[in-house]
Amino acid sequence: MSTHVAEAAGTGSGSRTTVPQHIIEIVSDSGEGAQKAGQAFGAVCAKSGRGVWTVEIIPAEIKPPARSQAGASGIRIRVGSRTVTNMGDEADLVVAFNEQVLYGRITQHAFRKGTNILLENRWATDDSPEIRELYANALQEFREKGFVVHELPLEQECLKHTSNPRVGKNMFVLGMLCSIYGFEVERALEEAAFLFRKKGEKVVALNHELIRAGYAYASDHIPIQFFVPARPNPGKSIVVNGNQAVGLGIMAAGIDVVAMYPITPATSVSHYLGEAFHRVGGLLHQAEDEIAAIGFAIGASYAGKTACTVTSGPGLALKTEFLGLAVMGELPLVIVDVQRGGPSTGLPTKVEQGDLLASIWGQPGDSPKVVIAPATIEECFHFVITARKLAEAFRTPVIVLTDANLATGVQPIPRPNPQEEWLAPPIDQAPWDKKVLAYDWDVESGASPRPIPGQPGGEYVLTGLSHTKDAHVAYDPDSNRVGMEMRSRKLAALQKALKPPKVFGDESGGDLLLVGWGSTQGAIEEGVERARGEGQSVSAVHLRFMSPLEPGLEEIFRRFKKVVAIGIHYSDPEDSPIDKPNRRRSQLAILLRDQTLVDVDSWTRVEGQPLSPGTIYDAIQDHLGRLARKES
Amino acid sequence: MFGLKTDWELDPPPRYFTLEDYEGGVARWCPGCGDFGVLTAVQRICREQQLPPEKVVAVSGIGCSSRFPHYMKTYGFHGLHGRPLPVACGIKSRRPDLDIWVATGDGDCCSIGAGHWIHAIRYNMDMTVMLFDNAVYGLTKNQTSPTSPVGFKSNTHPRGAWLPPLDPLQAMLGFTNVSFVGQAVDWNPILLHAILRQAHAHKGLGFVRILQRCPTYSGHVFQDLQKSPDQLLLLTHDDGLPMTPELDRLFPNKEQHDPSDLGKARIAAANHERIPVGVLFRDPSRPIYDDFTNYGLGTSVEDKLDSINAELDRFAI
Repeated sequence: MSTHVAEAAGTGSGSRTTVPQHIIEIVSDSGEGAQKAGQAFGAVCAKSGRGVWTVEIIPAEIKPPARSQAGASGIRIRVGSRTVTNMGDEADLVVAFNEQVLYGRITQHAFRKGTNILLENRWATDDSPEIRELYANALQEFREKGFVVHELPLEQECLKHTSNPRVGKNMFVLGMLCSIYGFEVERALEEAAFLFRKKGEKVVALNHELIRAGYAYASDHIPIQFFVPARPNPGKSIVVNGNQAVGLGIMAAGIDVVAMYPITPATSVSHYLGEAFHRVGGLLHQAEDEIAAIGFAIGASYAGKTACTVTSGPGLALKTEFLGLAVMGELPLVIVDVQRGGPSTGLPTKVEQGDLLASIWGQPGDSPKVVIAPATIEECFHFVITARKLAEAFRTPVIVLTDANLATGVQPIPRPNPQEEWLAPPIDQAPWDKKVLAYDWDVESGASPRPIPGQPGGEYVLTGLSHTKDAHVAYDPDSNRVGMEMRSRKLAALQKALKPPKVFGDESGGDLLLVGWGSTQGAIEEGVERARGEGQSVSAVHLRFMSPLEPGLEEIFRRFKKVVAIGIHYSDPEDSPIDKPNRRRSQLAILLRDQTLVDVDSWTRVEGQPLSPGTIYDAIQDHLGRLARKES
Repeated sequence: MFGLKTDWELDPPPRYFTLEDYEGGVARWCPGCGDFGVLTAVQRICREQQLPPEKVVAVSGIGCSSRFPHYMKTYGFHGLHGRPLPVACGIKSRRPDLDIWVATGDGDCCSIGAGHWIHAIRYNMDMTVMLFDNAVYGLTKNQTSPTSPVGFKSNTHPRGAWLPPLDPLQAMLGFTNVSFVGQAVDWNPILLHAILRQAHAHKGLGFVRILQRCPTYSGHVFQDLQKSPDQLLLLTHDDGLPMTPELDRLFPNKEQHDPSDLGKARIAAANHERIPVGVLFRDPSRPIYDDFTNYGLGTSVEDKLDSINAELDRFAI
């Protein structure tokens, strides 16, 4: 999409090139403020009406050694003149504070031929001959790879303004980026004034000086200039990441108690709530472990308070037994699982969608519950409210599956307008009608009203044992079967209330249909759009309800020659030395095949990276090619 | 007319609760089980305190004693093995009006739920916790428990238990923020009732370990204690368990014990020659988590919406 831009830039013409979108990275050792500068630049772009998606580049260690390849720390900012839904493919422009951290990004396939690299050149004259040599070699290697490297004396320029350029460089870069992308320097000054507001006027003034210096330096010395036009009427927006959106959703849903235990990448939900939850009168409880966290939430829910627990895969595994109890005891509960790489400790900071089947089937016995998956950061907010309502309507736990991609992605989203009806109503303490049993199941929907402690006449014992309608322990065959049926019926009733998903592309059918869920929507649809632009017959469907599944899938699937489930979880690739009948298909494919009896194939990636439009486009070519060969 | 007052009002009779109002059907423990006595004691205290049954919640884990909630005619939560305390804390966190009784066993509390035990003591929420310690796993049919004595023969250790038993009292008196520790025996209803009442009246987590006979699997463990009360040491104090003529008659060995002294409580707990019964430790000044968790309970819808809007505006561009 932006190849011509890089070519224009490579000529060093100095004229501003208009592009529909651009991907910028700032990469450094950790502690050099790259993320701060990137967030500020993202805010400048968003406030100037651009679509933005930023994602942090995080090393696994807190303070990895300097100038190490695995220590790459930084940020990617994708700017576009329409809503940006994913981190995109390779970067167009990179600012790097040393050459070693770039290697870390190269192994992640973050760059392409023509990527502009603005590289700190102080290493060329470093005291250490070893460093000088590493730098020279890298420079040669990067140019051989086709990157367009611009060496810059960042530190030397900053020294004119501060004695500690290591911490000031990031604001210099912020000024540079404003100049390169044609934003007024005042926008960056405003951001810095906000960022350093608590550090005093002196600090703000120094950072302003650095921003102005960077801006002036780039205007005079950097020969590349781009312009990303603004979006038409973006409306009132807020800029949040997926975890903040979950936190805001928890408050807007009127959830009263959040009990959690720290786990990456879910923890930042609690960081946000720790700061803000008390303002709406909510309680954030940091429990002694994952099990206690859900136990505490279940206790609060039993007592009539809306409750939520937030975790990631390993935590969900620990919560399994309590989750089964919430199903059996029919307690409303919202569980947010911010998925990460597994199994075991896996890739704690990186994305995977591997908890799908564990969420649906992970408990002992049959434990039907609702599982929903927001596809966007905006939906992270709204789905928490939906989850609370479904949990109460059906008296059941609801799992909300987000992932590390949504959790750390930052973008402007339409500002929600909180409603009173989003909040949980106050608990009922009126006398309970004794004629109504504790589990007075409606045979159509499995739903039943719930007595709350404090209601005279409603006294019952919630038990994880098999029980009758009146909550009495019962081991007889009928009671157990009826209980199972009633709990299962909730999902059937909910499914009846859902609409079939919309087809992105051609609703009437075609060669290939990609089916995705969760955070992959933006990448899938962008990849499909690119292929459709080239005349290819490919469409996509994106699922948000995973349990129960949305209705009408079989009918949609039958309109396509081939259906492929897309996801960031494992499946045996088609070219592996495994006989076809024994190929292990992806979690999503297993669900879809079961539901529709259509021969749904799997295409998955487990590289700890969000899917990008480019990889989806490649997957489309692969599958269409195979389809064509099969037909010929 | 007829000389009668016309402006009289019939005072609605106040709700008065009898024992029956707390009795939830026939308990199905083995004949001779120590759990019956504890159930009766709790029901008596509920009646004495006239606790509205709808405001009482009995919470338990899994095990024989954890059937407790089913035999109360109040709200109850019969949850998971080892996990009654997190549930009880969650219930209490936003419902200060509810009266919580936790029934847990030696396996439930001191083994599978030991992590929660330590932290529940530290949270020190206002509730009463009863450890039914029968030194054996009964419901699963006779396995060694963490409090089984050395040499105790069970299905998992037919040649006798190897390890020294965990001492719940000594352990608890080392946990941060412990605020009430008592010990009672199931076969002395007067003592049991008196100590449970003290624990219930305590502002904070009132923990009572109850030495409890399992006639089926561990009757012999407490046989000597039951037959010879001189193996017990009754701790009394004007600020703890006050001496009564009945208690004086029942216990040959008595000692004045100031429950505010943690050091002395630890010494008393470590006495395995004469098992201490009574209130070992009490400190009502310890912080209770409830004071924190109750924050914001009365927030109005308008205030909530205002705050949420203010939060959204913080992220606005």
